Amino acid sequence: MPDLSVNFAGIASPNPFWLASAPPTNCGEQVMRAFDAGWGGAVWKTIGEQVTNTASRYSSIDWQGQRMMGLNNIELISDRPLEVNLREIAEVKKRYPKNAVIASLMVESKRESWHRIVSQAEDAGADGLELNFGCPHGMSERGMGSAVGQVPEYAEMITGWVKEKARTPVIVKLTPNISDIRVIARGAKRGGADAVSAINTINSITGIDLNTLTPRPNVDGKSSHGGYCGPAVKPIALNLVQQVAGDADGCLPISGIGGIATWRDAAEFFLLGCGTVQVCTAAMHYGYRIVEDMIEGLEGWMSEKGFASIEDFRGLSLPRVAEWRHLNLNYKIVARIDEAKCIGCDLCYIACWDGAHQCIHRDRVSGPVDGPVELHPTPAALEAATRVTIAVTPIPKLDAISRNGSKNVTPIERIPRVDETECVGCNLCSLVCPVDECITMVEVPTGLAPETWEERTGKKQCAPPPMHG
Amino acid sequence: MHEQHPIIAERFPDLHPPFARQAAAVEANRCLNCFDAPCTAACPTHIDVPQFIKKIATGNLEGSARTILDANVLGASCSRVCPVEVLCEGACVMNHHNVQAIEIGRLQRFAMDTFHARRGKLRKKFDGSRSGHVACIGAGPASLACAAELAQQGFAVTVYERRPLPGGLNTYGVAEYKLPAWASLREIELIEELGVEFRFGVEIDAGGLNEIDSAFDCIFIGVGLGAGHGLSVPGGDNAGVVDALEFIAAYKTAKITSANGKVAVIGAGNTAIDAANAALRLGANEVSIVYRRKRESMSAFEFEYEHAKQEGVRFLWQTLPMRVSADGGMLEFLECTRVDDSLRPVAGSEFSLACDLIITAIGQSPFIALLENMKGVALENGRVVVQRATGQTTNPKYFAGGDCVNGGREVVDAVADGKRAAIAMTRQLETAHA
Repeated sequence: MPDLSVNFAGIASPNPFWLASAPPTNCGEQVMRAFDAGWGGAVWKTIGEQVTNTASRYSSIDWQGQRMMGLNNIELISDRPLEVNLREIAEVKKRYPKNAVIASLMVESKRESWHRIVSQAEDAGADGLELNFGCPHGMSERGMGSAVGQVPEYAEMITGWVKEKARTPVIVKLTPNISDIRVIARGAKRGGADAVSAINTINSITGIDLNTLTPRPNVDGKSSHGGYCGPAVKPIALNLVQQVAGDADGCLPISGIGGIATWRDAAEFFLLGCGTVQVCTAAMHYGYRIVEDMIEGLEGWMSEKGFASIEDFRGLSLPRVAEWRHLNLNYKIVARIDEAKCIGCDLCYIACWDGAHQCIHRDRVSGPVDGPVELHPTPAALEAATRVTIAVTPIPKLDAISRNGSKNVTPIERIPRVDETECVGCNLCSLVCPVDECITMVEVPTGLAPETWEERTGKKQCAPPPMHG
Repeated sequence: MHEQHPIIAERFPDLHPPFARQAAAVEANRCLNCFDAPCTAACPTHIDVPQFIKKIATGNLEGSARTILDANVLGASCSRVCPVEVLCEGACVMNHHNVQAIEIGRLQRFAMDTFHARRGKLRKKFDGSRSGHVACIGAGPASLACAAELAQQGFAVTVYERRPLPGGLNTYGVAEYKLPAWASLREIELIEELGVEFRFGVEIDAGGLNEIDSAFDCIFIGVGLGAGHGLSVPGGDNAGVVDALEFIAAYKTAKITSANGKVAVIGAGNTAIDAANAALRLGANEVSIVYRRKRESMSAFEFEYEHAKQEGVRFLWQTLPMRVSADGGMLEFLECTRVDDSLRPVAGSEFSLACDLIITAIGQSPFIALLENMKGVALENGRVVVQRATGQTTNPKYFAGGDCVNGGREVVDAVADGKRAAIAMTRQLETAHA
C-alpha cells in the first residue's frame, strides 16, 4: 500500500489532501469533522480583524445541466471574533495532533500587526502559516489580499516581517490576477517564504440575471466582482503552478490549489511538482466525504504505477512541459475511426469541416475520395439531400420490416472516413467523439528525424517589438 | 367538446406524462446534437430534432416550437401520437451506444405544450395574399397540413368536412390517453386563425365535386379511408357488433362513457388495440382480441402489443369468428374455430366466446364512392395514384395525400404528404398567376 503521508516544507501531514482556507474551514467543529472524514490538513478560514460579510455571497456557472462548473464568491475573511478562532485552533490541535492545521492570515500592512497575528496563531498551536496575499475582492480595496500579492515588493516586505517572528513554516498564497505569477513567487522567496500555494481565486463576474439585469451574486440590487474557483479554473491553475515550479528563481515547495475535485486532478498537480493540494469548491458542493475517493483513487493509481510515495512521482511531468519552439515539427499523427465503436453521430465530421481542416468525409458508400475540400460535398449539401428524401413510418402491415431488426448497427453511410493525406492530426475529432476510444490518434512515421522550430529556423526566443512612445 | 368528460378524463390519463421544465432541460442536455441527425431523417416531416431540443436546453422555448412547427404544423399531436419507437427515437444514435434513446416525443410535446400555454400563433411565410384558391376535401391531418402551408404562403383555402369537427382521426380516432380531442382541436384553432375557411357537415357528392372543380384553382384530396369492414359471418349485422373507429369516436365524444361485461375485438392492428384498451378502461370485465393469424403476423406495433398486455387484454391467436349468436337483440356468443397456418379451420376446435359487445377492427375500405367521382384522378386498388414528391394526381389540378393515398399510415405521414402537396401547389399557382 503506498504511503500518502507528506512533509510539506516542514509541515507533517498524514496525507496530501488539505482543505483550502475557505468556508469549509470556518470553525473548529467543521475542521474536526473534516479530519474525521479523512482530510490530512486544513488551512483555517483567514483570520485577522473581524469583518462583516454580505448576503448573498456566492454565484456559479452551470454547464449543460451540471451544477457549479465554476463558483464565485464575494465573501471576505472570517467574520468571527479572532479570539474564538484562536481558541478553536488550539482545541483542534489538541484533539487532532497528527493533522496539519495551517492558519491563514491577513492583517493591515503594518509590521506590528503581522508580528502580533503570527504570535497569536503560533501560540494557538498552528503547524504553519499561510499568508493570504491573494483574495481578489473586498479586502483588496482595504489594501490587503491581492493588493499585496500584485506588488512583488510588498509581498517580499510582508513575508520578511512574518519571517522575523515566525517559528513555523510560512506559505505565501499567490494570486493569479497578475500578468506573471513568477514575479510574486520570487518576491516571496526573497522575503524568506518556506513555500507558496497557488492559485487563489480569479477575478470574475459569473453572469447576469436576465430578468433583473443584476449580475450575480445579488446584494440588494448590486453585485461586485468576486473570486472564481471550481472545476472550470483547473487548467489555469495547472499552468500557473507549472510556471512557478519551472522557475529556478522562484521555486519553493508548492501547495496546489484550483479546481481540484478528484484524485485525478490531485495527481496532475503532484506531477507538476506540488507537495500537497488544497480543495474547496468540491467540498462545498458535496461535503467532506469526497476525500475517501480521493485517497483510495490516488492509492490505487500509485499502486498500479509502482509509486510508493508522493515523492516518487512528484514533478515527473515537469520536464515534459517545454516551450513551443522545442516541439518536434516532424511528429505526425492522424485520426483513426473505429467502425465497430462508431455510433454515427457525425459530430467528428461537422467539427472537422467547420472547425478544423475538412478531412473527414461521409463517402464510404459513394466511394472514398482523397484530396482537397473542393472534391467533396459540403455539410449543407449533405443535409439538404437528407431533407428531400421521402421517409415514411414503417408499418408492419404495409412494409416488410423486420421485427427483430437490430438497432445496434450503425449504417455504413453514417460512419465517417478520415482522409489521412489531409489530416493534420489536430485531435479535434477525437475530442468531440462521445464514444471512448472510438477515434484514436495514431502516429504515422514520416521517416524524418525530429526537428524543432528552433532547429529549423536557427532562431532563439525573440524579444517583443520595441514600444513606440 | 373542448372539455374532457370527467369520466373519460379519469379513465384515460396521459400514457406518457409531460416533462416538467427542469426534467426537459436535463433530457435535452443528453442529446448529442448529431450532424445531419438520423432522427430528423427518420421523421417523415424532417423536423430538425437536435435544433429544437437544444433550444429547450437553452430555454428558447418559443424558438423550439417554431422549429417544430416550421416542419410540421401538427407538431403537438404528432408529439403524442407518433410511434416514435419506429421513427425518430428508433433512429437515435444512443441506441448504438447502449444508452436509452433521447425522449424526443416527450421533448417535442413539452415545447408544443408550452407554445400553446403561452397562446403562440402560427406565422405567415409569405407577406400578404396571393391569387389562388384551393379546396381541401376532408379536414384530417393531410388536409390540415396542406391548408396551413398554403395559407402561410398567402393563398385562400377552404376545407370541406363531413363531420362537425376538424382533425379527422386526430380528433375522433386516437386513443384518448395519447391525444385527447381537446388537444387536437386546440392545435387546429391556430390553423383557423391563419384564415383557413372551414365548412363542416358537408357531404361532397358528384354535384358538389363539380361545383368545387369549377370554383377552385387546385383541389387537395385528403378524405382518408371509408367505413370499416363489417363482420361477414352469420349474425354479424347484430346491433351489438360495432366498428372500432366508431366505438373510439363515441367514447372520445362522450357519447358512451362505460362498457360492460365481456368484449371481443376482432383484428390485431393498432386500432384493435386502441379499442380493446378503451373497452377495459371503460369498465369491461374481460376483453379478448380475436385474430386469425399468429402473433408474428399481427399488424400492431410491438410496443402497442406490450401495452395491451399490460392493460390486461387477452389475445386469442389463430382464431376465426364463425357466427354471432344472440338471444333476441342481446349478444350471447361469438362462435369461433381455431385455424391452422393456412387459415383452414381445425376440425373439432370450435368454441363459444361469451360476449356482450363485439368490436370489429379489420381495416377500412377506400372511400370509393367519392374518389370515383373525381375527374381524371386515377385510382389503383382503391388508392389515389400520385407522384410521391408532389402529391399530384393524374389530373394536374388535383393533389392528394394521407390515408387515401398510402392506404392507412400515421398522422405524421399524412402531414408530410399534405405539406409536400402544398409546396407543389404553391409552385403551380405561382406559375399560373405569374
